[in-house]
Amino acid sequence: MALKKDFVKFDKVDKSYDGKILVVKDLQLDIEEGEFVTMLGPSGSGKTTCLMMLAGFETPTHGEIYLDGNAISSIPPHKRGIGMVFQNYALFPHMTVYENLAFPLRVRKIPKDEADKKIDKALSMVSLQGFAQRMPGQLSGGQQQRVAVARSLVFDPQLVLMDEPLGALDKNLRESMQYEIKHIHESIGVTVVYVTHDQSEALTMSNRIAVFNDGKVQQLSSPDELYEKPVNSFVAEFIGENNTFAGEVSDISGGKCKVKLANAEILANPISIKGKGEKTTVSLRPERALINPSEKMDNIHNGKIEEVIYHGDHTRVRINLLGNPEFILKVPNSSSNLDIKLGNEIKIGWNSDDARALDPK
Amino acid sequence: MSSETQKILTTDGIPLEVSLKKAERRNKIKAFLLVAPLLFFIIITYVFPIGDMLMRSVDDKMVTEMLPKTFKAMEKWDGKELPEEEVFAAFHSDFIKLVEEKREGKLSTQLNYTKNGFKSIIKKLRRKSKSFEEGNYKEQIMAVHKRWANVEYWQAIKRRAPAYTGQKYLKGMDMFKNENGEIVSVPEDRRIHRVLWLRTLEIAFFVTVFCFLMAYPIAHLLATLPMKYSNLLMICVLLPFWTSLLVRTASWMILLQQQGLVNDFFVGIGLVADDNRPEMMFNKTGSYVAMTQILLPFMVLPLYSVMKTISPSLMRAGKSLGGTPFVAFWKVYFPLTIPGIGAGCLLVFILAIGYYITPALVGGASGTLISNQIAFHMKSTLDWSFASAMGLMLLTGVLAIYWVYNKLVGIDNIKLG
Repeated sequence: MALKKDFVKFDKVDKSYDGKILVVKDLQLDIEEGEFVTMLGPSGSGKTTCLMMLAGFETPTHGEIYLDGNAISSIPPHKRGIGMVFQNYALFPHMTVYENLAFPLRVRKIPKDEADKKIDKALSMVSLQGFAQRMPGQLSGGQQQRVAVARSLVFDPQLVLMDEPLGALDKNLRESMQYEIKHIHESIGVTVVYVTHDQSEALTMSNRIAVFNDGKVQQLSSPDELYEKPVNSFVAEFIGENNTFAGEVSDISGGKCKVKLANAEILANPISIKGKGEKTTVSLRPERALINPSEKMDNIHNGKIEEVIYHGDHTRVRINLLGNPEFILKVPNSSSNLDIKLGNEIKIGWNSDDARALDPK
Repeated sequence: MSSETQKILTTDGIPLEVSLKKAERRNKIKAFLLVAPLLFFIIITYVFPIGDMLMRSVDDKMVTEMLPKTFKAMEKWDGKELPEEEVFAAFHSDFIKLVEEKREGKLSTQLNYTKNGFKSIIKKLRRKSKSFEEGNYKEQIMAVHKRWANVEYWQAIKRRAPAYTGQKYLKGMDMFKNENGEIVSVPEDRRIHRVLWLRTLEIAFFVTVFCFLMAYPIAHLLATLPMKYSNLLMICVLLPFWTSLLVRTASWMILLQQQGLVNDFFVGIGLVADDNRPEMMFNKTGSYVAMTQILLPFMVLPLYSVMKTISPSLMRAGKSLGGTPFVAFWKVYFPLTIPGIGAGCLLVFILAIGYYITPALVGGASGTLISNQIAFHMKSTLDWSFASAMGLMLLTGVLAIYWVYNKLVGIDNIKLG
């Protein structure tokens, strides 16, 4: 059976709480069956609203949401059969872990022995065998989170929604849980829609990421494409680190464009540039610029080192370059031969392909 | 590895353990001194009065002290036939002394509590005793009134001999110790206290139920509405709370009386005929309505404080896992509110069981409670020992309810705010 391309489909969905401001605008989003899609964005960007509409706790003001080809806007949440993991776990504090997991099975009238098997399986999936009789209050944050994941999967839903599930955990635990959730997703092939504001979490876990801002999906693509090829300056700024130059396009030819800065001119890759005279923001990832480049690069400029910060595996260097005092470079620590000293003038080079000329900020 | 640990010394050579204990003891004394005023206050305002009430309820020394010789002489009397001359002589001697001290009135009041009919015959005895001759007091006293020749009255006197008695408690349950020392109920037409106890329990129970039914949705709204609405609602809940109890009860009198606003409204919408206005006051209905309204905040506040802590995502989780809204409420939300329900119900029930002013004003004859009866004995009959006995019975009842509650729900499960 081929996997459905539009297992979940948001079709021109608008949402407004107060009838004045649209928090979700004309959302068009298809999610493939078995995919792990992350909705990423700053708070207030509408991503959680989208998730709540999918779960059934909010209704779209306009448009329709389809799950497996069926319109679901008029179906109440308890009939949608969607698993959900909440931000604060939302485990039932008066029930044991077993009873928490049994809840979705009991309301579905699944016989006890079958339910017990499912619960065992779900608990072993999150490596919490032997914890069935504990109360949620007796578990650590990470364990509670795993119970919440197990509970959302125990009734074999086709779709699982996760609303910033790792937000309350500390950094190490968060990272290990990211891998754990990713592995669970891979092993059972359930479709996951995940909401987070943490870009590294999104990059680690997802098949595809939908970057939200201002109620709109800015870009929907795989993590590498999102990082390497942002389509607008919001995405470039939001995902990873980013050096920018603001300027005006002075010429476009042969897949390249010239951007005139305050006191220099650089070559860039025109992404969202249509013509001469347009204002633009050129975005360049820190690791794409080299110090004293040996190979030939079509942008080479001099800058002055303003700050050197030691980061263990690499050193971050802040350079005043072409009128941008916040230009960041990442230098791997093996390149000890480089003369990185505060106040030195150095040559910085990069390829015009990596300098993406996007919409002005 | 050695299991022995060396004693750790402080710099001045005292073992650390000793030094720590000393410091801790000092802290304990300080802490005690801080709470001492409160402890003192509680002892004076709570322990003493209740202790005094307990003593008063069983104290029966008054008659014992008034008739010392009589009771001494009665020790040998078997209590079946009329006593011997010896007892009559002793009684006469005690009585003369009381008359000299002008205390025979008190005796008659006390004996009248035990058996009706003593008042008049003691008055008569006082008049006649002035002309008594020495000797053969039995004949002379019996000649004063035929009741003095009735063995039941002498038995009644003998029953007052012990310095302590539980008879007030028996009386509180419409029972008494008869001539043979058996505990029996009073005749049916004279039982008033049992009815009152049952009515008190009934009213307290239903007021609790009504309060719960009304407070639960209010508290839920308070906990879930946006701040600006919930604040307004909170003020609506608390405003009556801050109003004088008397004012509130009086306003219920205005509303509920037969020519009152509620009745006018019913007549106005044609629900009842003008000449057939229902009585909603001076009966149980009045007590129910007014007490429910007055005690409502005591239910709302504990419920609210518990509901406030329940995350709305729990209900959502319940629904997203496939529970209908009702299942999610019943299996998830409701069990989590039990500590608040317990606290609220206990609070309202205990307050209702001892409620006084409201039933006194709007309860009428059929809506008065046991506390009104206690007040009646405190103020009107001046039988303080009986009032104390009933007060203690009420207190014991409340403690028993508390104990049962602790067994069923657990007191540490309670949440008052």
